[in-house]
Amino acid sequence: MSQRDNSYAAVMARSNEIMKASVGMDYDDYVISPIAFDYERMMHDTGYTHAEIVKIQSETKVGNTPLFELKRLTEAVRKISEPGKGARILLKDEAANASGSFKARRAALSVFEAARKGFKGVVAATSGNYGAAVASQANQRDLKCIVIQEVFDSRGVGQPEIIEKGRKCEAYGAEVIKLTVGPELFYIHLLTLEQTGFFNASLYTPFGIRGVETLGTEIAEEVRIRYGKDPDAVIITHAGGGNLTGTARGLLAAGADKTRIVACSVDLSGLHMASDTDFNKKSFTTGHTGFGVPFATWPDRADVPRNAARSMRYMDEYQLVTQGEVFFVTELLTKLEGIERGPAGNTSLTAAITMARQMDRDQIVVVQETEYTGAGKHHNSQLSFARENGIKVYVGDPAENVPGKTIVLPERLDQVRGKAQDLESLKLSYLRNAARRHPVQAWTDEDISFLAQDIKSTPEWVRANLPTD
Amino acid sequence: MAKIEKGSWVEIKQVVLQPEERAQNLPEDTKQTPYVMRMSGFLTADAELGDTVTIRSLIGREHEGTLVTLNPSYSHSFGPTMAELLHIGIDEEAK
Repeated sequence: MSQRDNSYAAVMARSNEIMKASVGMDYDDYVISPIAFDYERMMHDTGYTHAEIVKIQSETKVGNTPLFELKRLTEAVRKISEPGKGARILLKDEAANASGSFKARRAALSVFEAARKGFKGVVAATSGNYGAAVASQANQRDLKCIVIQEVFDSRGVGQPEIIEKGRKCEAYGAEVIKLTVGPELFYIHLLTLEQTGFFNASLYTPFGIRGVETLGTEIAEEVRIRYGKDPDAVIITHAGGGNLTGTARGLLAAGADKTRIVACSVDLSGLHMASDTDFNKKSFTTGHTGFGVPFATWPDRADVPRNAARSMRYMDEYQLVTQGEVFFVTELLTKLEGIERGPAGNTSLTAAITMARQMDRDQIVVVQETEYTGAGKHHNSQLSFARENGIKVYVGDPAENVPGKTIVLPERLDQVRGKAQDLESLKLSYLRNAARRHPVQAWTDEDISFLAQDIKSTPEWVRANLPTD
Repeated sequence: MAKIEKGSWVEIKQVVLQPEERAQNLPEDTKQTPYVMRMSGFLTADAELGDTVTIRSLIGREHEGTLVTLNPSYSHSFGPTMAELLHIGIDEEAK
């Protein structure tokens, strides 16, 4: 192994063979063209039934989390809504999973699969809650775990939330490789997979996505039992697309096909995700538009050849919220509902306030996750760090939020408004990205059918909107 | 400089890629910086800060780098109180 050329270019050139060995599946089996592939067959071939996934997760302290009705927050929203408006807000308390977030669902199936296939360890490349989730699951299945994180800028400064996530991985006994800002994390990831022969517990394999399906089915089943109907809308924090894809698939599997699937991201437009100086100017490390928009408009940019997280297949709406609005709502959740949860997990709760105001009182909107909180992973940590890094933090009109420059905490609940992201423009952007990978002239009927399904549209719409440049 | 004993919990630093070896299409600011890795583990032989050393990670893998910290710790906190947050939820929303 040590004789191999481990230069950046050489390792990147071995990407496909490393991936094939480390995921234990051959993506070539599903490829139809440079853009199209057999998505449903790939998901089906994971070989797990819903009941088996539930059992696997229950063995390692995952799933069956509480679904809380947020009565005081719902009341507060009704007070600022038009008569007859103000949907009931429910919250799925995913912080109750082992390791404190919904990511345990994704990790549970991946780590189980790794153990089943005889791998000695797992590798996850993530600065998010997923690292701790994989480490926690690996402990329970007696596997070794390596987490590769983008942690700090060139000064060696890391924002408190990421530092906390690194601490948690190390607390579970994982080896944590901490890196400065840059996409070369993928290089380290490949090198680590090759050197160890461990399983690639990518967020974007079919296992990583199918593990989230139980979240969707739990929501559908519990809302039916308690309220005698399906949820009208489920709001899902969106970054790489796995949370949305898995939850939506679970809802559909449970027959909740009328439920609106609403994506939500923190608006960080204007900040460059690979910029050393912008790195510590953002208070959210995930669940933001810096991942949400690129992954929606082209999912196949992940650490696997074909991404199983394909958010636009399921998305009905996309709401954007500001950092200040999320911090405000995080504090409000604590004060009104008596539970402290991490701010990143409250992104979708923030959008729920806007949504609930527009929906009828007899409707139900479900916020499908929470995450744990503590030092570093707390809105006070985030805001004080932002202020130390030159961000202006003040109370006022959240419309004045400028990512990287200001964080404006709303004065009142009725200023929590968010804004809708235009889905049509994202779909057009998706088609342009597809055209970059495979020229439009070469698109077959099968390609067009794939693209249409991949953005929840029709072949006619795709044909009417073919990219021209 | 004081000797750090074999077996101590330490942090190493390693330049993985020099600026000119980095990926294409990086923003200008990132392009000018090296790509750096840090990690913690148990020191495999006595050494001093600044030495090139080998550590054994929590899962038993060995890594080489420059010894930068003895007993690396987590000191992240809740930060100085942001009084702006304290007003939220105790006024009209809560009534």
